[in-house]
Amino acid sequence: MLLIWNLEYESMSRPRLTELQLKRLREIVAKVYAKVPYYRRKMEEAGIKPEDIRSLDDLVHLPFTTKEDLRENYPFGLFAVPMEEVVRIHASSGTTGKMTVVGYTRNDIKVWAQVMARTLACAGGTANDRIQVAYGYGLFTGGLGVHYGAEMMGATVIPISGGNTRRQIQIMKDFATTILACTPSYALYLAEGAAEEGIDPRELPLRAGIFGAEPWSVNMRREIEEKLGITAIDIYGLSEVIGPGVASECLEQNGLHVFEDHFLVEVVDPGTGKQLPPGEKGELVFTTLTKEAFPVIRYRTRDISILYPEPCACGRTMTRMHRILGRTDDMLIIRGVNVFPTQIESALLEIGETEPHYMLVVDRQKKLDELEVWVEVSEELFSDEVRKMENLESRIRQKIESSLGIGVRVKLVEPKTIPRSEGKAKRVVDRRDIYG
Amino acid sequence: MVKLKQISVFLENKSGRLSELTRVLGEHEINIRALSIADTEDFGILRLIVNDPEKAWKVLKERGFTVSGTRIIAVEIPDVPGGLAGVLEILEAHAINIEYIYAFVGQRRGNAVVVFRVEDIDNAVKILQEKGFHLLDGEEIY
Ligand SMILES: [Zn+2]
Repeated sequence: MLLIWNLEYESMSRPRLTELQLKRLREIVAKVYAKVPYYRRKMEEAGIKPEDIRSLDDLVHLPFTTKEDLRENYPFGLFAVPMEEVVRIHASSGTTGKMTVVGYTRNDIKVWAQVMARTLACAGGTANDRIQVAYGYGLFTGGLGVHYGAEMMGATVIPISGGNTRRQIQIMKDFATTILACTPSYALYLAEGAAEEGIDPRELPLRAGIFGAEPWSVNMRREIEEKLGITAIDIYGLSEVIGPGVASECLEQNGLHVFEDHFLVEVVDPGTGKQLPPGEKGELVFTTLTKEAFPVIRYRTRDISILYPEPCACGRTMTRMHRILGRTDDMLIIRGVNVFPTQIESALLEIGETEPHYMLVVDRQKKLDELEVWVEVSEELFSDEVRKMENLESRIRQKIESSLGIGVRVKLVEPKTIPRSEGKAKRVVDRRDIYG
Repeated sequence: MVKLKQISVFLENKSGRLSELTRVLGEHEINIRALSIADTEDFGILRLIVNDPEKAWKVLKERGFTVSGTRIIAVEIPDVPGGLAGVLEILEAHAINIEYIYAFVGQRRGNAVVVFRVEDIDNAVKILQEKGFHLLDGEEIY
């Protein structure tokens, strides 16, 4: 019998949930207006007062909060409670600039544990499970986030933290771990490590994994499930909102349930900021409804996804979000159309390329943006006949064009032509001279 | 064995790649017996018959080239007017599709040698041998 951790909330009817969200939204907006000068100033600039929020539709009138806003208020400028009420600090180090610092009250920690217990239950977890937490412990939210949720559930926590692959495998075997929590790439690394130790992970009691903190593909999920012999569950979170526990896949593995009673979710057009209807692809934006120490209003995540509000077969009514499709940082706007490198990747995977190496080159010719997609020719794709190669080129072009909705030029290039930096390829070259 | 190993390499149309490739083969003492390049606006496909296909395959892969292998036949053709036409007519009469042809470097016993890539290679071998054509054996090349 599968458990829904907070049945009352997770399967609440839409009208009741909307009512609850509106009540909480009004409270949180009133609170930040009163307690956080920065939010007050931004709302005043936008000409909106807390009492203007009369329905959830009024959300769109509130100004966005961005990563830059958080940096500008480093370290504690956006906290909404006095420091004596803050019981925990976490921080994430960005690749550029200052850290983003977040705080938690005692109640925030409790809510966080709740949503993480929900996440574990989504993966089929119960008090009988042994949960190996191989996320890092420390300023990063991963380790402690899963830890508190697992304890609340009553499961047995193995707080091993990240690294030391040999010991991870040893403990997984000796302690009979049933659920693994780490990044998807580390899960694959562990699978390979086990093979080197002569251990077949598929024969261990391990049966599920909750994987997050980095985007991963459908293929990677398949590979993890196959190599470890488990169900791999995609989880989503970010420290600015709470940490892990913002959304989780259930065993249906068909989108991640957003825990909407705590986190109000929207998808907006990354270019215009306009709110998009369900089913349309755009940037995820979250408003925390219950956070005390570090509430955020319409926080721009830069993560690309799609919302699906239809109820799920698992019994949860909470809206689902698509697995992260990319980052707005990688987004290109070509002839007014939003283009994500991941769309090119999906098209190449459909053609049968298992590990596509590609690059997008954007140029402006006669005042018109031109997109050229360079694709490295792997051995699987290479044919000795010109006709077949030209055919391949046009198949790739058609796939990409039908996915993007704009015309592209495909150029087949030799392997290793596309520069790789630290394993990650440089995907986009923008040659447009915007001053020209 | 008259079904010979041909090596094909994907080449972008940019200067220096062909000379780099031939230099790599030269450094490893691999001799080119025949070659052809089919090219389009963007890329080319280089096809090679060499004295040591396995070694060529290995060294080219090591140098990051995309390589594939195909079987072809090399037919000795009398050096007289209409010599090639005779072979083509036979293949056509038996509905054997030719993907491409190209010639060997130099002559053999005063005859030209032409490489054929056909769809039904076994059938082509049988028919041409029945008609008395000499197909080069691996041992004559490697
Ligand atoms: Zn579900």
